[in-house]
Amino acid sequence: MPNFFYQFNFYLFGLIAIASAIAFVTRKSPVAAALWLVNTMFCLAALYVMLDAQFIGVIQVLVYAGAIMVVFLFVVMLLNLGQPTEIADIRGKWGKLAAAFLGLALLAQVAALAGKRLPEPFIPGTGYNAETVRDLGAVGSVAQPLFNEYLLAFELTSILLLVAILGAVVIGRRRRIDAR
Amino acid sequence: MLAESLALSAVLFSIGAIGVLTRRNAIVIFMCVELMLNAVNLTFVALSKVYGVAGQVFVVFVMTVAAAEAAVGLAIIIAIFRHKQTVNLENINLLKG
Repeated sequence: MPNFFYQFNFYLFGLIAIASAIAFVTRKSPVAAALWLVNTMFCLAALYVMLDAQFIGVIQVLVYAGAIMVVFLFVVMLLNLGQPTEIADIRGKWGKLAAAFLGLALLAQVAALAGKRLPEPFIPGTGYNAETVRDLGAVGSVAQPLFNEYLLAFELTSILLLVAILGAVVIGRRRRIDAR
Repeated sequence: MLAESLALSAVLFSIGAIGVLTRRNAIVIFMCVELMLNAVNLTFVALSKVYGVAGQVFVVFVMTVAAAEAAVGLAIIIAIFRHKQTVNLENINLLKG
């Protein structure tokens, strides 16, 4: 049973994550929005560590907060979008209504599912065991299935990244190269 | 802490979906999609504590796909900005015919 300190930190980081996400959605300036999203990701990284996924927590900070968000901020800087005046804010009345309806519907689904029990095949069995982590370490316990059962998917990921890099370069280059 | 994690993930996903629907800036919409992917990652990690470590492997894959998506999507946004001088979705209707 988790102790009080664990639970307190869990709720603390969860509430900070929700507050940052709300601030992220409501900020007009994209730079402020991006920084609030980074804050959300840091809180999620802390939660990953508390959920015994230390390696995922580290690459959450390195890849998401460190790499992907920097790309977003670079694009904001490249396109010179920092001024909130030229950035349109929330859509009209109907957009707000639709968004509120969708949010309430999603939350109602969550509330409805909260009362249900898991079907029999999904009842957790042995699954996660602390011995694996103790034997292989936090990285090894992820690497073990990644390079055995999911090796094909892992290799296909490299092709995906290659295609993404080529696509980004081809789409992002200037047209003058064609005209020449 | 499984129930709390799943609830937090659902709330974050809802906030991301609301952001996608209400914002008009294409870059912010992309960031909202990233937030939704993060919420799904939290579900994977929380369930990996119960069902085995394979959920964390899927998180690694989701992060890779998110990185690829960000690279290509932002390149598309830059190309559209060169064409239209805006990232406001109200003014981008290239596929409208």
